[in-house]
Amino acid sequence: MIFEHAPALIIAFPLLTSFAVPILNRFGEKFRNFFVLLSLLFSLFFVLTLAPQVYSHGVIVYTFGSTSPGITLPSGYSMPIRITFTIDGMSIFMAFIASIVSISGLIYSWGFLKKERVGMDKFYSLLLLMSVGMYGMIFTGDLFNMFVFLEILSIASCALIAFWVHKGETSEAAFKYMVVSSIAALFMLIAVGIFYGQYNALNIAAIASMINYNLLDKIALSLLIVGLAMKAGAVPMHMWVPDAYGQAPAPITMMLVAASQASLYALFRTCFTLFGLRLDVAMVGWIIIILGILSMFVGVTMAIPQKDIKKLMAYHSVSQTGYMLLGVGVGLAVMNDPIAFQTYGMKAMEGSIFHIINYALYKGLLFLTAGAIFYKLKTRNLDEMGGIAHNMPLTTLFFIIGALAIAGIPPLNGFASKFLIYESVYRFNPLLSIIAMVVSVLTLASFVKVFHSAFMGPKMKKNVREAPRAMLLGMAIIAILIIIFSLFPAMVVRTIVDPAVIALANQGNYISAVMGGI
Amino acid sequence: MREMSRIVRTVSHIMFPFVIMFGFYLVVHGHLTPGGGFQGGAIIASGLALLIVAYSRSRVKKVVKKEVLTTIESSGLLMFIGLAFLGIGATFFYNFLANSGIIFGDSVAYGINPGNLNTAGTLPLMSIAVGLEVLAGLSIIILMLAIGSLAGEGSR
Repeated sequence: MIFEHAPALIIAFPLLTSFAVPILNRFGEKFRNFFVLLSLLFSLFFVLTLAPQVYSHGVIVYTFGSTSPGITLPSGYSMPIRITFTIDGMSIFMAFIASIVSISGLIYSWGFLKKERVGMDKFYSLLLLMSVGMYGMIFTGDLFNMFVFLEILSIASCALIAFWVHKGETSEAAFKYMVVSSIAALFMLIAVGIFYGQYNALNIAAIASMINYNLLDKIALSLLIVGLAMKAGAVPMHMWVPDAYGQAPAPITMMLVAASQASLYALFRTCFTLFGLRLDVAMVGWIIIILGILSMFVGVTMAIPQKDIKKLMAYHSVSQTGYMLLGVGVGLAVMNDPIAFQTYGMKAMEGSIFHIINYALYKGLLFLTAGAIFYKLKTRNLDEMGGIAHNMPLTTLFFIIGALAIAGIPPLNGFASKFLIYESVYRFNPLLSIIAMVVSVLTLASFVKVFHSAFMGPKMKKNVREAPRAMLLGMAIIAILIIIFSLFPAMVVRTIVDPAVIALANQGNYISAVMGGI
Repeated sequence: MREMSRIVRTVSHIMFPFVIMFGFYLVVHGHLTPGGGFQGGAIIASGLALLIVAYSRSRVKKVVKKEVLTTIESSGLLMFIGLAFLGIGATFFYNFLANSGIIFGDSVAYGINPGNLNTAGTLPLMSIAVGLEVLAGLSIIILMLAIGSLAGEGSR
C-alpha cells in the first residue's frame, strides 16, 4: 500500500522536485511551475490521507531503511537505531500549516516574482527545500535528524531572504539571520551531544524513556529552550525578526512565519515529550510564560512607532508568538496538578495551539497584502501610501480580514483562540490575562494606524491597479480558510486542535509507540 | 590575475590527475575507509581550484561550463533520492542491493579482513551520488568566486 509510506512521501516528493527543478527549468517556466505545484499538492494529499490514520491510531511510526515501516526495534535491539518519523496529533496539526502556507506562498510567488529574470529556478528549489525542512522538523522522531532539518530550513530561508541581493539591505538581514540560526543550531547540536553522551540514543522516544533530569540534562534543556526560542523569535532573541521578515520577498516572509512555528513546535516537543513530567514543570513553565509575556509586550510596543509596514507586521509576529508561549507555558506549569490541568491547563494549551494555526494564517495574509502593496507602489513606507482602498479593493478586503483577526475582534478566528487563552490564563494568574488583553488592544491600535494611513484617504495621483491574479489567488486561499475557521471554531478545535493537545500531554503514548510496551 | 609561472603550471599539470584520482578513490571507498562522498567531492573540486590558480581564470572558464556542472549537481542529487525511492517496496531508503549478489551485493565477511569493495548495497552508490553533487556544487562556487573577482578587476 502506498499510503503506508505517506510520512516518507510527504518529504520525498518536494525533495525530488527540488533537486529536479534545475533540469525542469530547461523545458520552460510553465512546465517547471506545474511540477513544483504538483509536488506540494502531493504532499498536501498525503498529509490529508495520513490525518485520519493518526486520529484513529494515535501515533504513527515510520522507520527509514527498515524492512517494514512499523519495525522500530529489529530483533535483538532494545533501542531504535534507525531514523524514525513519529507522527502524532501535534505533528499532523503542524503539517496542515506547513502545507497550506507552502502552497499559497508558491501560487503568490508566480505573480509576485513574475518580473524577475534570473534565479527563479533556484528560488523554487529553495522554496521546496524550506517546505521539506518544515515537514521534516515536524515529523521527525530523532533529535539529530531534527537538527539536520533545522539546518536545511535555516540555509534555505537564509538564501531566500537574500533573494533580492542587489537591492536594499537584504544581505544584512540574511547575514543576521544566518548568524542567529547557526548559533541556535549549535546550541541544539551541543544539547543533542549531551543526550547522546549520556544515553547513547538519539531517538526522542528512547531518550524520553531513560531521561532523569540531572544537571547535564538541565544544561541540555536550557540550551534547547534558548536555541529554539531564538529561532522562534521570542523577545530577548528577537533582533533578527524585523530585519529578516522585512527584507524577504513577501511569500518567503509568510513561509518564515511558518518556519518559526516549526521551531516553536520543536520547543514544545522538547518540554512535553522529551522531558514531560520529569521536568520541574512549575519553573520551566514560568520561564516560558515570562518569555511569552516579554515577547507580547515588547513586540507590540516596538510595533506601534514603526513606519515600515513589513517591519511593523514583523514586530507583531514577535508579539503574537508571545501568546502561544503564554498559553503553553501555563499548561506546562500546572501539568503535575491533574485537577488544575483538567480545569484550565488543557484549555490554555488548546488556546495557544489553536492560535498557532490562526496566527500562521492571518499573519501570512497580512504579509501577503503588504507584499501586494509593495509590488504596486514600490515602497514599504507608510508615509508614502494613502488611498490604496480606491485602487486595490480586494487587497483592502484581505487586509481588513487579517487585521481584524490579529486584533481579536469577535467574529474572526483570532478572537476564538485569544478568548480561550484569556479565560484559562485568568484562572491561573489574573495579571497575565490582563497583560494579554492590553496587548491585544495595542495590536488593534497599531493596525488601525496602518489601515488609516495606507488604505484610507484621497485617491493617489499614481495610477495603481489591483495586484495580479496569481497573488490574489494566493491571498484568497488563506482568507477563505480564515473565514471557515472563524465560522466554525468549535469544530476546528474538536477535530484538529484537541488531538494535538492530547498528543502533547500524553508522553507515554509517544514513547510506547516507538519503544514498544515500556 | 594572469596565469602563473611555467614551474607552477607544470607541477599542477602533474598533480592534477593525482588529485582527481585520490578524490574518486575516497568517494568510491566511502563505505570502507574514512572519507566518503562529501570529502572526495571536495578534493576533486579543489583540483579545479588548483587549475584556476595556476592558469588564468578566463581560460579555465572556457573549458569548465557552469551549465554542465549544474546538470551534474542535479543528477547527483536525483540519483541519491532515486535510490531512496527504489527501496520503497519495503521502506523509503531501504537497502535493497545489500547481500543480493548484484552490484555491490556481497555479504560482509566476519572478523578482520582487508575490506571488500563489492559490499554494502546502495551505500557506495549513494556515496557516488553525493560525490557528484559535491564536486559540481563546490566547483560552481569556486568558479563563481573566480568570475566575480574577474568582474571586479575589469571595473578597476
